[in-house]
Amino acid sequence: MSEQEKEFYSRSKDSKYGKRIKKFTRTKESLIKFFFAVNGVMALIFIILIFIFLFKEGFKALEHIGLLDFISTNRIGTDGSSQTVYEWYPTSTEPRYSLIPLILGTLLTAIPATLISTLFGVAAGIYLSEIANPKWKEFLKPMIELFAGIPTVVLGFIMLVIGASFFNDLLHPDNRLNAFVASIGLSFVIIPVIASLTEDALHSIPNDLRMASYGLGATKWQTISKVILPAAFSGVSASIILGFGRAIGETMIVLMASGNAANITTNIFLSVRTMTATIAAEMGEVSQGSDHYYSLFFIGIVLFTITFILNLIAELIINKMRKKNTF
Amino acid sequence: MLALRKKKRDFIGTSAIWLVRILFFSLVLALFLLLGKIVSQGIGTISFEFIFDDPKNNMTEGGIFPAIFGTIAVTLIMILLAVPLGVFSAIYLNEYAKDSIFSRIIRTSINNLAGVPSIVFGLFGLGFFILFIGRGMDDVLKTGLLFGQPALIWASATLAVLVLPIVIVSTLESLNSVPKSHRDASYGLGATKWQTIKNVVLPQARPGILTGTILAISRGAGETAPILFLGAAFFLPNLPVSDLCIGDYCIPMINPAKQFMYLAYHIFILATQSSNPTKTLPIQYGSTLVLIVLTFLLNITAIIFRYRFRKALGRL
Repeated sequence: MSEQEKEFYSRSKDSKYGKRIKKFTRTKESLIKFFFAVNGVMALIFIILIFIFLFKEGFKALEHIGLLDFISTNRIGTDGSSQTVYEWYPTSTEPRYSLIPLILGTLLTAIPATLISTLFGVAAGIYLSEIANPKWKEFLKPMIELFAGIPTVVLGFIMLVIGASFFNDLLHPDNRLNAFVASIGLSFVIIPVIASLTEDALHSIPNDLRMASYGLGATKWQTISKVILPAAFSGVSASIILGFGRAIGETMIVLMASGNAANITTNIFLSVRTMTATIAAEMGEVSQGSDHYYSLFFIGIVLFTITFILNLIAELIINKMRKKNTF
Repeated sequence: MLALRKKKRDFIGTSAIWLVRILFFSLVLALFLLLGKIVSQGIGTISFEFIFDDPKNNMTEGGIFPAIFGTIAVTLIMILLAVPLGVFSAIYLNEYAKDSIFSRIIRTSINNLAGVPSIVFGLFGLGFFILFIGRGMDDVLKTGLLFGQPALIWASATLAVLVLPIVIVSTLESLNSVPKSHRDASYGLGATKWQTIKNVVLPQARPGILTGTILAISRGAGETAPILFLGAAFFLPNLPVSDLCIGDYCIPMINPAKQFMYLAYHIFILATQSSNPTKTLPIQYGSTLVLIVLTFLLNITAIIFRYRFRKALGRL
């Protein structure tokens, strides 16, 4: 019971108006509160269950396979010599579960996508918040949001049927479907994320700062680059971190456009296989309870942990910024 | 000298601003090119038969009705499961729960769950709904293998868990935007807590809640990754419908224990795994156009709602 309620009910006992609040009303109030509490607890249970089930199944992988085997496998060749390999080959008779090629593939699509999206997303945020005519803004901002509403399977499809051929003719990559094509597709998802959060961060900078800067004789660009962007730096970097998290977790685009070959490479024009695409492609065929099955859950834990930490960092930065910006 | 320097700075400034403009409008141009391509390629396929017919001839001809039906069925069940639970628990968190470290931890984890990859929710759906709940039900009810396999209800439930954090976060935000003074005024007039929520808080927060909910629904309807292994089927001869009979009176109902076709999955499967992807290209573009129109309608509705909501808040 909140303070207000306590005060309310204690007063209602001895005042002549209070007598109208009958026992029925009080029971009704507590029943309603109970109803909402049940819903809250159920939602909470689901959230806890996500943690439990993911980690329960994933940790079985550690029992069956072992943490070191997720990094490298020792292979004994035909001549008896032992060799350390970094391969993802779970269906082989000698299964190999190294996550290194998958992590490299994920980074090779997510990092270029984040770089491209930072350029376009931050520019779009600056344009919407500082440069655009307010009348235009009311029309342009929803358009960026519509961009964010395009289902990712559509972007994957477009990259597969149009983007891949376009970049194939333009750049002659080693593989037609490669990390570069996938990262272009990913940027379409991340640009709206970075753009709208950057716009929020810039918009929350008090107008006094702009006026003070203009008053000192600064030009518009000087105000943007030397006053507004530094003041909103934490918000903008939070948006980039969140965008990176989305890039790591995106599935359909990389599944359709990255080529899905688990190469160990830093060449962006080769096919790669990401962690998300591995789960998506292999979970349907795997037999439940096998080592392969648990290893896919382990990849899920890795993904969950990385994105959860990235989101947490971004949230801490944003909270700090909010506290600082209450002038 | 001073004038010269100022001129030079101005040149850099104006060109930087122009660069930002060019970057922004190339983005808008890319969006229009993308949509233009889908519309121009897809519009030729769209017809009454395409929307309302079954796929024919190994899916190289015919329509996509089962996929549209499946998408709507899954989305409807997802709404039923996620929206009331999400909105009610947000009301509890914002109006009833005390501001303690515990409730802050809950808020933070809900916030962060909204950013967890959708494929991870798919894993959760498989591990929890199908293998734990489904197989558990089969063991208890002695139904063999009826519930413990991929099915419409498990896909909907998983999508519901996926959009639940989004619904909660947006509802919390709109409840938060109702000024405390309005609540105090209501208490001052002798209203109880529930009367205040029902008559003061919810009417003001309603457009915001609706916006967030619609955006969450569109996110769920366009999501593909989590349902890949939760019951979406390549091709099914029948709709996931069975007659529900009470006595002699039968009505056709969505059968949640069956597998289903799904628009987003249909595009994925035709583009990557069908025997002849080039031949089915018109169908792929057509399905993409239908999916885009569906999600855009939802998104535009949400944007209009929010526009009105913000305008109304601005007047306060």
